[in-house]
Amino acid sequence: MTLQAAVEFIWREADLLDARDYEGWLRLWTESGRYIIPIDRETVDYAAALNIAYDDGPMREARVKRLHSGVAMSVASAARTVRTLSRFVPIREDAEAIEVRCAQHVVEQKRDHTRVVAADVTYRLVSVAAGLALDLKVVHLIDSDEAQRGIAYLL
Amino acid sequence: MLHELPATGPAIDFGRLVRDDRVHTSLYRDPSIFAVEMDRIFGNTWVWVAHTSELPEAGSFKTTFVGLEPVIVVRDRDGEIHVLLNRCRHRASSVCEPKRGKAGAFVCPYHAWSYNLDGTLRAVPRDGPYAADFNKADYPLISLRVEQYAGMIFATFKPDIETLAEFLGPARRWIDLFMKQGAGFDVKVAGEHTFRFRGNWKIQLENTTDSYHFPVVHKSFLTSLDDQTEAQFDILKQGGWVEDLGNGHSVMVMMPNLVDLEEDLDAPVPERFEALADELALHHAPADVKRIVRAVGGTGFNVNLFPNAACSMAFFRILRPISVEETEINHIALGMNGGPEAGNRARLRIHEYFQGPMGFGSPDDAEGWERVQRGAAAGDDLWIMLNRGRDGVAGGDVTDETGMRAAYRMWKRMMTA
Repeated sequence: MTLQAAVEFIWREADLLDARDYEGWLRLWTESGRYIIPIDRETVDYAAALNIAYDDGPMREARVKRLHSGVAMSVASAARTVRTLSRFVPIREDAEAIEVRCAQHVVEQKRDHTRVVAADVTYRLVSVAAGLALDLKVVHLIDSDEAQRGIAYLL
Repeated sequence: MLHELPATGPAIDFGRLVRDDRVHTSLYRDPSIFAVEMDRIFGNTWVWVAHTSELPEAGSFKTTFVGLEPVIVVRDRDGEIHVLLNRCRHRASSVCEPKRGKAGAFVCPYHAWSYNLDGTLRAVPRDGPYAADFNKADYPLISLRVEQYAGMIFATFKPDIETLAEFLGPARRWIDLFMKQGAGFDVKVAGEHTFRFRGNWKIQLENTTDSYHFPVVHKSFLTSLDDQTEAQFDILKQGGWVEDLGNGHSVMVMMPNLVDLEEDLDAPVPERFEALADELALHHAPADVKRIVRAVGGTGFNVNLFPNAACSMAFFRILRPISVEETEINHIALGMNGGPEAGNRARLRIHEYFQGPMGFGSPDDAEGWERVQRGAAAGDDLWIMLNRGRDGVAGGDVTDETGMRAAYRMWKRMMTA
């Protein structure tokens, strides 16, 4: 598994999220995959801590269902996003999986406010029949333990 | 305190801005009203600052605010809790910046004046040039008056107001009921979501006693639940009510069957908790499993404590005014201190589900509150209507705006005192 293949996968994911193609995003995942946005940037035992998001498969499905429900007022006026991922560093790789750490800058625009939501993101991608699948995504927001604004899209 | 009206401009007649069934829009918008609120309300009553579990041992501290003023809440070597203005007595530098931690002393980073945990000035480097009558005892960190109820720590700038117990009054019974979600263990702080919205603090104060919005704003939350849980959160049809508890406090009972968590322990375990019950059953007797599961789900009521706190179903809601149109909210998750790990994990997941910047509930609330502030820019002569239900009449509705009227009566009392 090459870093180049991982980077291309991550950019495709970013494109899906900016386009709010959340159904397409769900299909990227392994069944046991975890989508985590911690509050504490140091913790590694996410399950024992309070997080911004700690999603297994059913929770991701529920999250996407809510985003598509048409009845959530925050989602109806969700910010537009344009995101860039770069500074890719492979952390661990073997024949079945690759772990990559990278930087993510999401620029979001809502009404008269534009802001940058920056994060370190860790991915674990695994080999599946169809190519790669997302098995772990941990979004360490630069200000995860500071006050946030409502986020009505996916990081 | 230095929150004073601008030197120019007519004095505001606060009494005219609050009527029995409405409040004037300027209460959300006028910076000069906000400045007076910081003085006459936040500078003048008991303000929630911490829970004892956040300060487990000598030297444990957290930094927070009373109104706009930064404070340190700290446990000293004798176990006593102090709330200290976070400002060096020399040239005003803050002496502590981390949100929480453990310290042996607070040393000012500017000229190294050092303070003991109780705020007394311990040492001043190179003190030769000071006059002979310079006395360290004259320069402690300013200490607020501190009292606790049921583990909740409150502070006030006023040495002469009523005790905390008197201030809370009948709300204490509801706080006691709220704390039963420890299931026999002490309640502990298990983490917090902090977020800000562009709106006045009283919009949030109102919201904790507003069930009218729930099926509208939280429709996407409700439809994401299983049928049994959705029925449980159908809070307008369960015979709930709102009660004025005096001093601006109120309780809104949404799920009357979840008022006392030590009752109804024979009821079957709800479907969504079956897996948790199975896990708990490995280490706990059946009766304990039922008790813990019922506690994990939280209570069915919100106690609104004027001006900045609430015991809301399963968490503490603490608000902090930032400016007339900016407010910070902490949703503090709770767990069982020393309780079963599986139960505490379940509580964290439940909290994440609704609360926080990406929860299934809070972002919709935040959007709603910002829309209130944006709309309030229109109509200089218009009022915020709080006329659902009537006060002092038995058998009201859970959507009555009784709790808001109670809070604004207290607002008026304090602002015109």
